Amino acid sequence: MGAVAAAALVVGANGAYAGPLKVGDPFPSLQKAGLKGVLPDTAGKVVLVDFWASWCGPCKRSFPAMDALYRQFKDRGFVLLAISVDEKEKDMEQFLKDHPVSFPILHDARQKLAESAGIEAMPTSFLLDGKGKIVAVHKGFNEDETAELLKKEIEAQLGTVRKEKTP
Amino acid sequence: MKRCFVLILVVLPLVFLPACTAVKPWQRGNLAEYGMRPDRDPLDISLREHIFFTREAAAGGRGVGGGGCGCN
Repeated sequence: MGAVAAAALVVGANGAYAGPLKVGDPFPSLQKAGLKGVLPDTAGKVVLVDFWASWCGPCKRSFPAMDALYRQFKDRGFVLLAISVDEKEKDMEQFLKDHPVSFPILHDARQKLAESAGIEAMPTSFLLDGKGKIVAVHKGFNEDETAELLKKEIEAQLGTVRKEKTP
Repeated sequence: MKRCFVLILVVLPLVFLPACTAVKPWQRGNLAEYGMRPDRDPLDISLREHIFFTREAAAGGRGVGGGGCGCN
């Protein structure tokens, strides 16, 4: 009885928590995630899915670097999807008014995608290859270090995608 | 019988009414608000420090600032 009660307490305290996605896992369907906003065409492209929120300081610091990456690689088959997990849409809109960016913004209003991705820190970004498989995960944003790493990983993936397309 | 009743009275609320929950990283919007910062009010901090000093003959130890977003 005690063991059952203890187990029930643990479950009650922690809730159902989806395990974090790892390198090699397929990323959950973006089309079925119920995201608000216009989802660009991602088929066969290298995609960086970045979870952010208006209340998250490191996310704010990551935006200029993300924008630079997007501008640098967007014409080479790279898509950056910044997914806001803000509970209030107006917080997201105000943030974007103060920090305008050129990459697509989507809103995970019900936070379902964030939950199925099992993100462990804010921001968290997932780099996906042309087939939608996770090739890199970045938890948090360590200024230039993360930006440089992302740049190298995106370049490597774009090279791989180009080779696959070449007959 | 009475012992069983007491046991149920104690155990059932423990099982079905847990008030604690794990706040997930994407749910920390409210925790990250300015009002949640322990260092949001300098006057309040100086008063608390004064009370702490008079009671404990020690001061300081409030070096950690920031909100509760747990980012990075």
